[in-house]
Amino acid sequence: MTTAAVKPASMAQALQRAMRDAMAEDPAVHVLGEDVGALGGVFRVTDGLVKEFGEDRCTDTPLAEAGILGTAVGMAMYGLRPVVEMQFDAFAYPAFEQLISHVSRMRNRTRGGMPLPITVRVPYGGGIGGVEHHSDSSEAYYMATPGLHVVTPATVDDAYGMLRAAIASDDPVVFLEPKRLYWSKAQWSPDAPAAVEPIGRAVVRRPGRSATLITYGPSVPVCMEAAEAAAAEGWDLEVVDLRSLVPFDDETVCASVRRTGRAVVVHESTGFGGPGGEIAARVTERCFHHLEAPVLRVAGFDIPYPPPMLERHHLPGVDRVLDAVARLQWEAGS
Amino acid sequence: MTVQELPGAAAAYRPTPPPAWKPRTDPTPLLPDPEPYRVLGTDAAAGADPELLLRLYAQLVRGRRYNAQATALTKQGRLAVYPSSTGQEACEVAAALALEERDWLFPSYRDTLAAVARGLDPVQALTLLRGDWHTGYDPREHRIAPLCTPLATQLPHAVGLAHAARLKGDDVVALAMVGDGGTSEGDFHEALNFAAVWRAPVVFLVQNNGFAISVPLAKQTAAPSLAHKAVGYGMPGRLVDGNDAAAVHEVVGDAVAKARRGGGPTLIEAVTYRIDAHTNADDATRYRAEGEVETWRAHDPIRLLERELTERGLLDEHGIRAAADAAETMAADLRERMNADPVLDPMDLFEHVYAEQTTQLREQAAQLRAELDAEEEAR
Repeated sequence: MTTAAVKPASMAQALQRAMRDAMAEDPAVHVLGEDVGALGGVFRVTDGLVKEFGEDRCTDTPLAEAGILGTAVGMAMYGLRPVVEMQFDAFAYPAFEQLISHVSRMRNRTRGGMPLPITVRVPYGGGIGGVEHHSDSSEAYYMATPGLHVVTPATVDDAYGMLRAAIASDDPVVFLEPKRLYWSKAQWSPDAPAAVEPIGRAVVRRPGRSATLITYGPSVPVCMEAAEAAAAEGWDLEVVDLRSLVPFDDETVCASVRRTGRAVVVHESTGFGGPGGEIAARVTERCFHHLEAPVLRVAGFDIPYPPPMLERHHLPGVDRVLDAVARLQWEAGS
Repeated sequence: MTVQELPGAAAAYRPTPPPAWKPRTDPTPLLPDPEPYRVLGTDAAAGADPELLLRLYAQLVRGRRYNAQATALTKQGRLAVYPSSTGQEACEVAAALALEERDWLFPSYRDTLAAVARGLDPVQALTLLRGDWHTGYDPREHRIAPLCTPLATQLPHAVGLAHAARLKGDDVVALAMVGDGGTSEGDFHEALNFAAVWRAPVVFLVQNNGFAISVPLAKQTAAPSLAHKAVGYGMPGRLVDGNDAAAVHEVVGDAVAKARRGGGPTLIEAVTYRIDAHTNADDATRYRAEGEVETWRAHDPIRLLERELTERGLLDEHGIRAAADAAETMAADLRERMNADPVLDPMDLFEHVYAEQTTQLREQAAQLRAELDAEEEAR
């Protein structure tokens, strides 16, 4: 294998490349959404696709999310593999009925006769100074809907590999893109892209022995930074990047918690009714006898996503993670 | 010479029009006729194909009997619910028969008859309403989308499918059926808009049966007619007598043919009436007068067609009895097969959620398996 040029690439570029490669390999792959054509998407993730594949393959739709996803259902029914873009997290809400009433259950409803290989790309989460309705973390809504896969990359490699896997999946995938990581860069070789792994496996980003930080998407870099900072205080933290919320990788997560005996779930969506509650419960049910302390959660506050000038107070940062880690010094009866 | 150029005139303020504005489409040819189009009992009937009329007649009689049998099955507890289309058989049957085999039908929950008229096994068509699964047939095999319970959400599917077919170079048309209530939903709007912008080969058929459960059309829309809504999307609207099977067949057939040759979508409003209640769970006497129902009974789709056929000597007592007998045979077969308890495997619950079962679903399947085994042992 020739060594391809390794140079810094952003997550947005890796995502674009994933769609480009999928479209080149399989004529059934179609990209559609608002502004995905000439503009290349408001985050430029679909940049250049219309030039390379034409308007029939990369389609600027009317501005209507239910219509975008609803027509994608029909396209998938006829054998295409639509990749739809929901411009911002909160803009996806008009498409919820299509997602929940049809996309998620068409396979089930038809006893496997009509699977819908649709990828729904949703830029999500805060930290970019977006005004209202541009920073929601809606993963709990998607997680609560059987029939959907829900995945979210945290690295440039994963952005490529996971989007390729999502497009190749015969099931619908909600592909959550942490928008504040769109411009995060890594040494990446577009000519020899990362392996395309099946959806559903978590990965240990940093091995450690004292406690496990269970996290995903935009909170992964926060946890990595927290782990480095904690090392100075003698905490050797393991960081598990879930990558896939549905299906959930109990095996990797529980193996880690059994090793460390302590766990903190970190995400920026709300704590109450949020993914952390489910994750903490699963870990407790499976690892109770290995736990030295309760599973803690570090989440966004239970408030509507705040205005941009206040969002730094809402988003779980390194300090909040470290505070939780300190609380893992649990003594029975304390 | 303009005002400004008049010697001595003060420079007058002249508002400028929006630059380069012009209407994108001439609305006039898109407007529906003022009266619903009719064939039966008019001069147009002479042009109708006798063979087609007889086929429509046999299917209408069969459909009426199907509605009666399915309603009876709800009373026997064999169906969880049945939304009858009695009175609307002309829309159901004539629209379905206007499609070619390669075309697709997107029915709502009331459109079981359209699926059956298209050739679907009557028992398979009732799976959703019986409750043994959600869809009883493979949509790809019959080119019939699952009966859709949420209102109007199947319309964008029809648009997407038709669009995809055209991209692949197939001359496939999608027929999407919806009720008058469904036209108030956002998905109705989005589907029509997408279809018109993409010039997708779709035909939207609104069966205006007067009521959305109990809410009359006057409380549903202020539009002159539901067919008028088409103009706003830039597609033609057609108004047809929904109880006139020949007229429905012609209007839907024309729209299908136009879509097939690349002419884009059409919105058709078929004016009809729901003779029965919304479902067996509804009490229609609370919101409508019996006199109104009687008026519509006089405009019954089967009687309209029967009169035309007998007056033209195409149908006699013998033919009428033959159609009734065939319908009775279908009903007896349906009754017999529906009276057998369906064989259900509870383990199927986990089979079709994902292409590959997740670890979590495998665990839950094992739990149910154990519960079933314990039940079996206790027996």
